[in-house]
Amino acid sequence: MTMSDNTPPEKLEDLDSRLHQAREKSHANKEPGSSSGKEEMSGYSMAIRIGTEMVAALIVGVGIGYFLDYWLETKPWFLVVFFFLGAGAGVLNVYRAASGLGMAPGYNEPSGGVASQVKQQEAPNGVHENNKESGDK
Amino acid sequence: MACTKTTRNRATNKVANPLEQFTIKTLVPIQLGDVDASLTNSGLFMVLTVAAISLFLTLGMRQRSLVPGRWQSLAEISYEFIAGMIRDNVGSEGRKYFPFVFSLFMFILFANLIGLIPYAFTFTSHIAVTFAMALVVFLGVTVIAIARHGLHFFSFFLPSGVPMVMAPVLVPIEVLSYLSRPISLSIRLFANMMAGHTMMKVFAGFIIPLGILGGWAPLTVDVALTAFEFLVAFLQAYVFTVLTCLYLNDAIHLH
Repeated sequence: MTMSDNTPPEKLEDLDSRLHQAREKSHANKEPGSSSGKEEMSGYSMAIRIGTEMVAALIVGVGIGYFLDYWLETKPWFLVVFFFLGAGAGVLNVYRAASGLGMAPGYNEPSGGVASQVKQQEAPNGVHENNKESGDK
Repeated sequence: MACTKTTRNRATNKVANPLEQFTIKTLVPIQLGDVDASLTNSGLFMVLTVAAISLFLTLGMRQRSLVPGRWQSLAEISYEFIAGMIRDNVGSEGRKYFPFVFSLFMFILFANLIGLIPYAFTFTSHIAVTFAMALVVFLGVTVIAIARHGLHFFSFFLPSGVPMVMAPVLVPIEVLSYLSRPISLSIRLFANMMAGHTMMKVFAGFIIPLGILGGWAPLTVDVALTAFEFLVAFLQAYVFTVLTCLYLNDAIHLH
């Protein structure tokens, strides 16, 4: 009787401590590698992502230009202007997707941590670019 | 020469069209006024997907045991996965959007996975479906941003520290970049699913015509592709949801 009363809590406590240990272990494993795990996407998915960012902006630009031309009967001027604007937006999207790692094409970088890590990784290139820029200015 | 050509033609005629799997077929014709509201194979699989998710979650959580079993673990993992995603990407303010994000993730994930079953229909391989979902996300996020920040929302399109001379060029580019969000979101999912399924069908079409000697090569490729498609099915559901979270984050914490 006393056995059956005592064993379940013991088991549960045991499980609790084991869970804690396992969790700490997994956290310890995760923290250094967590950011790299996210960045390590396969080349295929990266290519698809970059490609769609570029194409999507172009589609929107050309679509708006074509519609404005159709509506205002000003062929081909709006199409030309919006083609270049769309191309610019596409390059902007690609730049953000590739550098910010934020898949967010917004202005606000999701968090400084990831971006700064990336900059550190690309330090050899970054230094050269910075030098060039300062030299030009 | 002529002989080989005819045999090849006969062989290619036998090969199923790799795009045939995407055709929409009407199962139960329903006509509401001028609107064709028939139940198609696409619609049927949407219903099946929702039913599968409901079954998975309700049956999985039926026992509500302290130490979860296999199914309960799966249900809890999927809950915690999305909860963690929202916590990391949006913060505590994103908590009230959890039901929407969770439904979106489960719907896309189950649709992709069910689509991998032979003879099943993958409705996420249709741009109409993915674009509708992306449009809901886009409009919802924009409405949330305007409701929370009012006209300040439009400062989103002019980054701080930009000289006013550049504004006429930069603002349209920013607006286009913002408008391209639903397009890139929907094209990414649709293109991945469609490309994967087409590729599998193309290689599968070579297995029988190449015979018992050569057929093994495309069969091997197809086995590898099937494993890869499972990865893609999960990854694309994840990407769609993460981007939704990031857009929500932009809308809530406008800088």
